[in-house]
Amino acid sequence: MTTYMGSPDASGRFGEFGGRFVPEALIPACLELEAAFKDAWADPSFHAEYEHTLKEFGGRPTPVTFCPRLSDALGVQVYLKREDLAHTGSHKINNVVGQALLTKRMGKPRMIAETGAGQHGVASATAAARLGLECTVYMGEIDTQRQSLNVFRMELLGAKVVPVTSGSRTLKDAVNEAMREWVTCVEDTHYCLGSVMGPHPFPWMVREFQSILGIEAAAQFQELQIGEPDYVVACVGGGSNAAGMFAGFANSSSQLVGVEAAGGSAVGFGTPGVLHGMRSLLIQSEVGQIEEAHSISAGLDYPGIGPEHAHLASSGRAKYYSANDEEVLEALQMLSRLEGIIPALETAHALAWVIREAGTLIPRGSKVLLNLSGRGDKDVAQVRDILRGAQ
Amino acid sequence: MTTLDIRLRELRDGGRKALVPYFLGGLDDEWLECVKAAAFAGADAIEIGVPFSDPIMDGKVIQEASLRALGRGTTLTSVLEGLHTLDIDVPLIVMTYFNIFHHHGLERSAIELHEAGVLGTIVPDLSLEEIAPWRTVSNEHDVASILMTALSTPPERAMQLAAETQGFAYAAARMAVTGVASDEGRGDLVVEKLRQASTVPIYVGIGITTPEQAAAACAFADGAIVGSALVQRLLDGEGPKGVEQFLGEMRSAINAVGR
Repeated sequence: MTTYMGSPDASGRFGEFGGRFVPEALIPACLELEAAFKDAWADPSFHAEYEHTLKEFGGRPTPVTFCPRLSDALGVQVYLKREDLAHTGSHKINNVVGQALLTKRMGKPRMIAETGAGQHGVASATAAARLGLECTVYMGEIDTQRQSLNVFRMELLGAKVVPVTSGSRTLKDAVNEAMREWVTCVEDTHYCLGSVMGPHPFPWMVREFQSILGIEAAAQFQELQIGEPDYVVACVGGGSNAAGMFAGFANSSSQLVGVEAAGGSAVGFGTPGVLHGMRSLLIQSEVGQIEEAHSISAGLDYPGIGPEHAHLASSGRAKYYSANDEEVLEALQMLSRLEGIIPALETAHALAWVIREAGTLIPRGSKVLLNLSGRGDKDVAQVRDILRGAQ
Repeated sequence: MTTLDIRLRELRDGGRKALVPYFLGGLDDEWLECVKAAAFAGADAIEIGVPFSDPIMDGKVIQEASLRALGRGTTLTSVLEGLHTLDIDVPLIVMTYFNIFHHHGLERSAIELHEAGVLGTIVPDLSLEEIAPWRTVSNEHDVASILMTALSTPPERAMQLAAETQGFAYAAARMAVTGVASDEGRGDLVVEKLRQASTVPIYVGIGITTPEQAAAACAFADGAIVGSALVQRLLDGEGPKGVEQFLGEMRSAINAVGR
């Protein structure tokens, strides 16, 4: 039997995707990070500190919640892994706690990070504050406007936020700018990448740090004594929450489903290419220029996908679909009204797919475990404006 | 050895310090005239950038130039068509990001580069670990692969890079992306690491802004690369005349360093 979601090969590849495509100046830092991560991840005391921090500070474990009213409405049994209840309101805390601890372990006093919606930026600022690290966050100028409260949160947490004015002024260019900046300060600064993307070892390391949520969810689901979930569903931008979730079920019989934004569907519309240090599926023009993704949610505004997802897609182990902005807004309102949970716009993509496919692609009566990757508080002002505008 | 290896070694062995300007292909209607002006002003090799949407090794100047060129519909094909029309006896080197060749097809890229008279490539995001597929194909068509070495490169790795690079070794004078700078950086430290392992010519770049900085680099290296400082003049509309004047000053300053 093929096993899935193990370690990448020595070149950092998952199948034909991944690798390390970065300027020479950053290669030594990637090698140092790879060695440091391998060493830490094999060290029980590092695991203990990581798990203790996520429990005591991060609010883990997060529960699995059954959704009685939504299930009634859809005819499928919906369970949510509640990452919205983790500290800072999303799964992002799992990764940043891991990387911040690693930063300290490498003896570096400072982290930089990129952010789209601001979730990863806020989480990075939070972990940096907790561990006494300096933190600078690069955020596309358009996103700083869409998510101005998150900018203020990061500043409250003691981080510096740098608006990125180049290119599309969203997540893609925030990554570009963070990488350029990393070249100048690599000696004393760790780049705390927010998703399962970038050069090796980032896609693997971030997945490992996020796998805590999937492993937890698998154990919690088992306690319900209703067998394995038929579907395990998560939204995908770069794909960190999905990777963490899938890691708990990769070698089960559950169907894994990633849901992308219709305007940023790298599996749906992408072709193989090289960007941000990795070979993966990218949305690009006919001459290889990277195109801008478009989504209602800043967190899914990314024209690529993590290399392991590209591999899971090409090997058929996971399936990837997309949801459009309209379906997403509907889904967000439906979960709010029926279950008393306001999901993040990113998360609402996964939900929108379940709502759309319940009774069609998803047979009636199926057990669906959905990763509720983040809470929607950050999005309510935007959603209000859109819904009022639509009236 | 590639043709570029032979040409640049001859140049070095003849006692001439190399001046290597960078132009962004397709920047404006005059870009080919600017390349010719550089040849006239005494450039020994010329780098031609092919614009990419996400140039992570480039600072503000080349970013802006790239956006401008992309806005004019510039592609690898259009740049190579332009180069094809040039009649200058200065080695041409194309600098771009790997996705451009990856998307165009490695074999097809190598063939078309060769047909356009290009002798080498610099692909900053193609590391030593990842370069093999491109090098194999490009070398079949006599296109050299130039590798960069950074201040952060450990000595053993620098020796490997010196042994593997073709044409020349690109010594990055500072831990930064391309751009203008007020000091000359520490290219000397990188050159020292490279010299231990190879007799390949070594050129210093990244941040070289003034004729004085270029001359200072040529005191310990075999040549100097000037990119952003030149491209900024083109963004400011100085055109071929500005190129000739600026590179003329660079040339004089470098020649004054002597052998």
